[in-house]
Amino acid sequence: MNLSIPAFPLEDIIEAVIAFLTDNFAFITKGVSDVLETGINLLQDGLEFLPPWLVILVLVFLAWRLADRRVAIMTLFGLLLIWNLRLWNATIDTLILVIFSTGIAIIIGIPLGITAALSPGFNRIVMPILDFMQTMPAFVYLIPAIPFFGLGPVSAIFSTVIFAMPPSIRLTCFGIQQVPGDLVEAADAFGSTRKQKLFKLQLPLATPTIMAGVNQTIMLSLSMVVIAAMIGAKGLGGEVWKAIQRLQPGKGFVAGIGVVIVAMILDRITQKIGRGNSCE
Amino acid sequence: MSEKKICVRNVSKVFGPHPERALKLLADGADKEEILEKTGQAVGLADTSFDVYEGEILVIMGLSGSGKSTLIRCLNLLNRPTAGSITIDGEELTTAGQDQLLRIRQSKFGMVFQHFALFPHRTVQQNAAYGLEIQHMEAAVRAEKARDALKLVGLEGWEDSYPRQLSGGMQQRVGLARALAVDPDILLMDEAFSALDPLIRRDMQHELISLQARMQKTIVFITHDLDEALKIGDRIILMKDGRIVQIGTPEDILENPSNRYVEKFVEDVDKSKVLTIASIMGRAKVVAYPKDGPRTALHKMRDEGISSIFVVDRDYTFRGLLTADRAAEAVEHHRKPIDEFYERDIQAVKPDDPVNTLFPIMAETAKPVPVVDEDGKLQGVVVRGNLLAGLAEGGSNR
Ligand SMILES: Nc1ncnc2c1ncn2[C@@H]1O[C@H](COP(=O)(O)OP(=O)(O)O)[C@@H](O)[C@H]1O
Ligand SMILES: [Mg+2]
Repeated sequence: MNLSIPAFPLEDIIEAVIAFLTDNFAFITKGVSDVLETGINLLQDGLEFLPPWLVILVLVFLAWRLADRRVAIMTLFGLLLIWNLRLWNATIDTLILVIFSTGIAIIIGIPLGITAALSPGFNRIVMPILDFMQTMPAFVYLIPAIPFFGLGPVSAIFSTVIFAMPPSIRLTCFGIQQVPGDLVEAADAFGSTRKQKLFKLQLPLATPTIMAGVNQTIMLSLSMVVIAAMIGAKGLGGEVWKAIQRLQPGKGFVAGIGVVIVAMILDRITQKIGRGNSCE
Repeated sequence: MSEKKICVRNVSKVFGPHPERALKLLADGADKEEILEKTGQAVGLADTSFDVYEGEILVIMGLSGSGKSTLIRCLNLLNRPTAGSITIDGEELTTAGQDQLLRIRQSKFGMVFQHFALFPHRTVQQNAAYGLEIQHMEAAVRAEKARDALKLVGLEGWEDSYPRQLSGGMQQRVGLARALAVDPDILLMDEAFSALDPLIRRDMQHELISLQARMQKTIVFITHDLDEALKIGDRIILMKDGRIVQIGTPEDILENPSNRYVEKFVEDVDKSKVLTIASIMGRAKVVAYPKDGPRTALHKMRDEGISSIFVVDRDYTFRGLLTADRAAEAVEHHRKPIDEFYERDIQAVKPDDPVNTLFPIMAETAKPVPVVDEDGKLQGVVVRGNLLAGLAEGGSNR
């Protein structure tokens, strides 16, 4: 059946907008991308240059300090297995992408969440955008990333940030809103400024919820970083991608196990941080 | 009366986005329900005016929903009045800018909440120091002041605990310390003791009264309990449906309830809390026996600093009353047992009798009144002091 009404040219409009943006701004984003990419490559090469056992020791120590002994032991065996499976360099690449993406997502997301919690007007604007960001299929973000940042890790980070940021915003907002009203009122009664209320009351009480958001952001980053292998991000995702193209199920599963191990380690550590900071 | 600390003039509070019409209806004398029906806006306060004097405890009393919280929250602008004026030490609050408002809240007010509203992530010490921290007081100074405030409310040694480790009564002490630490002129207490169980509550009431005797704050205290109002208040404001129905001293309210509403409040108290003599009587600390010599009896009286003594048998069966004068007479005449000298027709009361049976007896005589049970045994004594204290307390052994 043919529709007689012509299609609304949404496609053309979006492409025109993106074309306009690339024509006018891509030289900036490309520049940023080049610098960032150099940095990321340096970091990856640097870490891969170090002996794996040293990096493992450092990571296990961090897990022990940030979480507890059980998580540290899990980290130790997980990373040893990864090393043994010859996934070491791929894992380092992935870790660095995840750390960059999450870092950026949190740095942008938490302040946005705070603003959304304190300003009802902003909240009304942001929430639908978040719904949009979260339900849009993740692959779609990859396409416009390329004209701005080129093939490679920066495009991967860009689309990962967009995909992984919503939980940080949402849960920061929620955490602040759920601080009991009578506590906020008590703070008001003593003459607290907005800033004092935020830093002395709302943020500390919202910390466990915010950390739950950060945890989700990390998990989403990890899943997106794997998908982003399609646009030239290296790492565990790259291994999976190669295995798909060559139809090597064994290799694919092994790389997949690497992703699972990294996910478990990051998940346990951030969960512990969240609970540790909750009101004692 | 002393200086006016707070003047509240024609303050109304309407909850809702468009209060104009509600205000107009209020001015025409419409009541809360009518306005809610016509405009959908909730009236919290309707044209209230009163003063708070320096150093007094002003109790605001009324049923739940009568606007007590709305009123007290207007005083520090947690609720912004829809109409009317509030001045504190002559400074108009309703037109104050944000900075001025914060300064007034910091320097003039301490507030205590019904459900404590302590900060769960801060220790007791850090809770008490909150107000001082807000004022950017130096860490060492504020730690000391917070510790002093905690000491004042009897929480020494609990500084490093967290609120959830404390019982309700202790948590509210922290709430009180947090308010006192900033050394405010005015304490606002919204049903501060209502969530505590009765024994703790009575302790806190006493403590507040004794703190007040030392610190001479101006206190606005909300309660829905007349008993508490009578015990604590220098003056009482009675509220109904957002309006003030009566302002007066506890005596005024009890003796001249201004309308049916107040009367019912007062009646409720009488009905539920009939005081019995047993609840206010004292113990007869010493007694004399019929075979005692007058010197012995006099000695007992002198030891206790009393001017008359009850005479009882060995099994405490009540016999009568011997006054010091009559005992001295017996000594003079070298009469040995006091048998012939004590009065026998003394009016006694029963422990279960209501307190008001005492009024006519007490009006007749200044002598102590014996409390004697069914079997004729002496149970206790009532003197004027017991009666007054008992009434003021609402009967502490109830
Ligand atoms: N934030 C609010 N929004 C709407 N109505 C309110 C609000 N606060 C109080 N009210 C209304 O104002 C009236 C008085 O409430 P309140 O001052 O809390 O009474 P009380 O403290 O005497 O129990 C009630 O009818 C209540 O429904
Ligand atoms: Mg109330």
